[in-house]
Amino acid sequence: MSAVVAPTRHLLQRFLSHRLAVLSVVLLFCIVSIAIFAPWLTKIDPNAIDQLHWNGYPLAPGVAGHLLGTDESGRDLLARLMYGARVSLTVALGAVAMQIVIGTALGAVAGYYGGWVDYVIMRSVDVVLSIPLLPLLLVLTAIVADTSNKAALSFGTIILIIGLLSWPSVTRLVRADFLSLREKEYIEAARAIGCSDARIIIRHLLPNAIAPIIVQATLAVADVIITESTLSFLGFGIQPPTASWGNMLANAEANMPIAPWAAIFPGLCIFVTVLAVSYVGDGLRDAFDPHFNPENRPQSRGARAAFGRKVEPSAEVPT
Amino acid sequence: MGNEMRTTTPLLELREVTKQFVRSGLPVRALEGVSFSIYPGETLGLVGESGSGKTTIARTILRLTEPSTGHIFFAGRDITHLSQRALRPLRREMQLIFQDPYASLNPRMTVEAILAEPLIVHGIASRSARRERIAELLDLVGLAPEHARRYPHEFSGGQRQRIGIARALSVHPRLLIADEPVSALDVSIQAQVLNLLRTLQEKLGLTLLFIAHDLAVVRHISTRVAVMYLGALCEVAARDTLYGRPLHPYTQALLSAIPYPDPVRERGRRRIILSGDIPSRVAPPSGCRFHTRCPLAFARCASEEPALRSYADHQVACHWVQEHDGQPAPLLPG
Repeated sequence: MSAVVAPTRHLLQRFLSHRLAVLSVVLLFCIVSIAIFAPWLTKIDPNAIDQLHWNGYPLAPGVAGHLLGTDESGRDLLARLMYGARVSLTVALGAVAMQIVIGTALGAVAGYYGGWVDYVIMRSVDVVLSIPLLPLLLVLTAIVADTSNKAALSFGTIILIIGLLSWPSVTRLVRADFLSLREKEYIEAARAIGCSDARIIIRHLLPNAIAPIIVQATLAVADVIITESTLSFLGFGIQPPTASWGNMLANAEANMPIAPWAAIFPGLCIFVTVLAVSYVGDGLRDAFDPHFNPENRPQSRGARAAFGRKVEPSAEVPT
Repeated sequence: MGNEMRTTTPLLELREVTKQFVRSGLPVRALEGVSFSIYPGETLGLVGESGSGKTTIARTILRLTEPSTGHIFFAGRDITHLSQRALRPLRREMQLIFQDPYASLNPRMTVEAILAEPLIVHGIASRSARRERIAELLDLVGLAPEHARRYPHEFSGGQRQRIGIARALSVHPRLLIADEPVSALDVSIQAQVLNLLRTLQEKLGLTLLFIAHDLAVVRHISTRVAVMYLGALCEVAARDTLYGRPLHPYTQALLSAIPYPDPVRERGRRRIILSGDIPSRVAPPSGCRFHTRCPLAFARCASEEPALRSYADHQVACHWVQEHDGQPAPLLPG
């Protein structure tokens, strides 16, 4: 039997034993710091065109003091990546936080209470799932353009829309878990002790359902980064000149053959971030699972997610 | 012995409690007019086959399921229709020990968190007092203080049941309901846990409702015993009376199934083998529910349900016993 440790320390110890996850935390910390401190880290304005050197084509890395080169309009790629990280990460975290909070709360209530509450919530899930993201954005953009002098949706609106449309998958996940968990005898025991419904949901059911939620959240971060770039690519997302990794990737597309770096660097940023987030999710899931033995850790889900293989969150539920 | 106790108010009283479930559209009668009382300081053993409604009784007393009709009194107060909120302070007074110690402890909580929870929920102790109380509880059930930081899966079945007992005792309940607390344990561990329960009961002056499917286990711990068959009580009596002179044919059959530890007596043991299985609860037999398997059954048994009647120190629900003025059913020799 292992040495006696405090529960929180226990959790930390387990997490620290997952080396890739720890590495990913460090990496994410760096990425987030760069995003936060971008204005202090680089003096170059991300939206300024290098009038002096730009000749109509992207400048190659290293040319004229542009460490990673410039994009098709002669704007410094490194500065744009640093500022773009702010946009991409904020959109991702904001939308995922919304999705998880709304999805978990509704899923928990539906699964715990059942009956007509469950019915109402699950029908609204169906309704929201039936709303297609792109046409909705198209309509919203048209409305915004019509009623204000802005041409596109604001930053906050994009977070709001992605967040408000993506919670149903979390709700389904959490509800399914709660449905089976609420029948457990320890839930009955909690009731017999005199725990309130809120306490049973928060203290007893949620911790037992946390693993798939975390997995879902990490996958969603990757998803949202990609959704945001899709939107930007189609012109509904973050509008140039404001940089996001997504629209940088989209804008680089035309010049791929002559200036691959303009696509490779934002792509790499997305890839590394998605990978790191997935590894952190992996480490957290293992740390939360009291039955987990680090010695027989399976092939990392992080790697599978980042390399594009389909990952089923439901398959990750520890038994 | 029963009579002097009866002058005080029972700690728990069930009056004509019935419970009807609906399973796939069909009504299932789980409890059929169950009435009994438990007096302060005693241990009532409740015995019956699987499916006889023992666990439903436990869950109904704690209002984890709602009774269909009837009343439950706790310390003289009718708690049948209290709201869940109004019930919560009362949960402190009655606690439950579960059958399966593997399922009844939250796998994500340390022993410390499990034991602290009732104290937190009922706002009983400050943080430091809680720590002390947890150490005290662990000691009380024979576990070491360093066990507090571990998770349930690090313990054996017997140890987990001790944790379950400690949790139930943490709030100083007056009534402890033990729902087959040893039937999921190895036989060698059963005696330990039973002895622990008995010692605790003496030490803490607990009132105990002890549910089991096994008359031998109940004999060890009970002061009074109630026998159940298919959702209704057959016989209630003080322990020695019930084991010494059982009246109801079903009680006699159950008792005849207990082997004697003495090989000479064991050779002479006559078993009453009941024919047939426990009938369906969706369509229970008419009249006396036991008549389909009772060797003494006569016409009246199939048509009329026997009431639980008192005969000196016994309460029995049997037409045969009634018609023979409280004579024991003639299934057992002597």
